[in-house]
Amino acid sequence: MSEQPQILFKYRTVPGYDNIDVYQKNEGYTALRKAIKMVPDDIINELKLSGLRGRGGAGFPTHIKWNGIPKNWDRPHYLVINADEGEPGTAKDREIMNLMPHMLVEGCIIASWAIRANNCYIYVRGEYMEPIASVRKAVEQAYAAGFLGKNILGTGFDLDITVHQGAGSYECGEESALMSSLMGERGMPRHKPPSAPLPVISGVWNSPTIINNVETIATVVPIINIGGAEYSKWGTERSKGTKLFTISGHVNKPANYEIVLGTPIRKMLEIAGGPLNGKPLKFLIPGGSSTPLLPATDQYLNLAMDYETMGANGTMLGSGGLMFFNEDVSVPKLMTRLMHFYAHESCGKCTPCREGTNWLTKIHDRIMAGGGRYEDLDLLLDICNNIGGRSFCALGDAAAMPIQGAMRFFRNEYEALIPKESLSKRVFTPLPIAGAVR
Amino acid sequence: MFSEEAKTQLDNLIKKYPKKKAALLPALWIAQEQYGGYVPPEALREVAEYLDLPPAEVEGVATFYTMYNKTPVGKYHIEVCHNIACMVVGADDLIEHIGDKLGIEKGDTTADRKFTLSGAECLGACANAPCLMIGPKYYENVTPELADKIVDELSRK
Ligand SMILES: Cc1cc2nc3c(=O)[nH]c(=O)nc-3n(C[C@H](O)[C@H](O)[C@H](O)COP(=O)(O)O)c2cc1C
Ligand code: SF4
Repeated sequence: MSEQPQILFKYRTVPGYDNIDVYQKNEGYTALRKAIKMVPDDIINELKLSGLRGRGGAGFPTHIKWNGIPKNWDRPHYLVINADEGEPGTAKDREIMNLMPHMLVEGCIIASWAIRANNCYIYVRGEYMEPIASVRKAVEQAYAAGFLGKNILGTGFDLDITVHQGAGSYECGEESALMSSLMGERGMPRHKPPSAPLPVISGVWNSPTIINNVETIATVVPIINIGGAEYSKWGTERSKGTKLFTISGHVNKPANYEIVLGTPIRKMLEIAGGPLNGKPLKFLIPGGSSTPLLPATDQYLNLAMDYETMGANGTMLGSGGLMFFNEDVSVPKLMTRLMHFYAHESCGKCTPCREGTNWLTKIHDRIMAGGGRYEDLDLLLDICNNIGGRSFCALGDAAAMPIQGAMRFFRNEYEALIPKESLSKRVFTPLPIAGAVR
Repeated sequence: MFSEEAKTQLDNLIKKYPKKKAALLPALWIAQEQYGGYVPPEALREVAEYLDLPPAEVEGVATFYTMYNKTPVGKYHIEVCHNIACMVVGADDLIEHIGDKLGIEKGDTTADRKFTLSGAECLGACANAPCLMIGPKYYENVTPELADKIVDELSRK
């Protein structure tokens, strides 16, 4: 893996790296000492030079987000870390929190300094009790070392970090739902522009709030250490640096890998030990369950893994959950499982998603049980079209997109499950409105 | 009833947020622990009183989140991930195997109330699939043999 620089993972395997003393012996808290002497605008400028984009799924440039924080505002600012990691196929933030919690803590302190926040909340999914314990321990050690609390490193800057445990809801990873949840409400999304201001103006407790993914914040640390310009030497024109990928499914060495953006998928497959037991692969899901699948043919295996290339091929890089599947996997069966997941996780706030995910699930169940009708295939797509772009938050799209991808490449597998007598001439008429389907 | 220790814990928690209500999820976690692994109506009422919230609001929040158990679960709650990354490497067989061993179906609790077996959505250990969690602990790359060992060890406890 020599040609893959390990910027984030450099010391990951050093024994005891989750402890502050070992962390400090390996460049730990050097970025903080450097950043705390910089003015916030200079830190944001380093991020701009680095080209860092949010690692939580949407890939939004981090410096633009931070730059939006009001300059002269009398309300407190908040930094909120999204450690909800619920996207099926993604398991990288857990590794950061388990093995290198101090890098997250250090990143939080630097980010809070840059956005002038005196409170930071790390919202971790409820199941991650071991990572929570690991991060809590790191936070305590950082307090004891004077990196947190009052008058950090003699600068007069105060910061408190609170680790907040979620309670089992995928939707709480959506940033506005996460904010609701943090404030003690049900995890439902909130209004967004144009009907309401961005979180950066009015987020938690109506105060300016920056919300970032765990990996995004951890990556700030090496960027400050090596400089934004140096970081941006890696990657492609618009997808800069390295990113963590959870490579799972039918490969010989499933694991979390740090990969330079723009690396061909084939190379990533090789790094992960190749197809499990040499058995031919059928398809892959590039960036977590919400991202449409691609066939594992030469054409797609040769694609570069970056935001632009994935987008141009009808899918997304997402959160970096790269999954490979071999010939044994039935696409409709996999999608059935996935639809149960989305229907279960739909928060119920808006009709297209709440009802639509249920219909997608029921139709899949009926097809799998041998009771599918030929019209069902177009009906599935029609429902997807009615969910996509019409839902209150992106969970609706996240449920619809995988089906659209599956139908694009593996419609034949669905057809094969429909009883012969139904594979007739019946014509499907698209429904005018979503609500009319029974 | 909350113990004095739990109350102190709660009081400290409340201080960490600008609004008391933000302590609701943490308070429900404490309540679940205090009430032996689930949140019965009296636990919800106690939380509501402590945080000065309407009981209906507390109930609405508690029922939204799957990890607050509304009914009692076994001493060891085995939650096996059945989402896609685990599914393609044998999660369904694993659930069946554990169910057979315990003599229960997915979703059930053994008669001695020692084990509950559930399917779980992606637990975020996809690179070490299949995986399961029991209480706070994760078990990864779980084979039927490893599952037997885990269950046997817990049975003896
Ligand atoms: C349904 C849904 C679930 C999401 N889950 C997560 C998550 O678990 N972790 C995460 O960082 N972002 C998640 N996101 C993306 C967040 O809304 C948000 O874009 C991200 O936290 C921003 O941080 P970043 O700019 O650092 O990526 C999710 C989005 C949606 C619509
Ligand atoms: S799309 Fe609508 S129902 Fe689905 S999770 Fe978002 S707000 Fe809730």
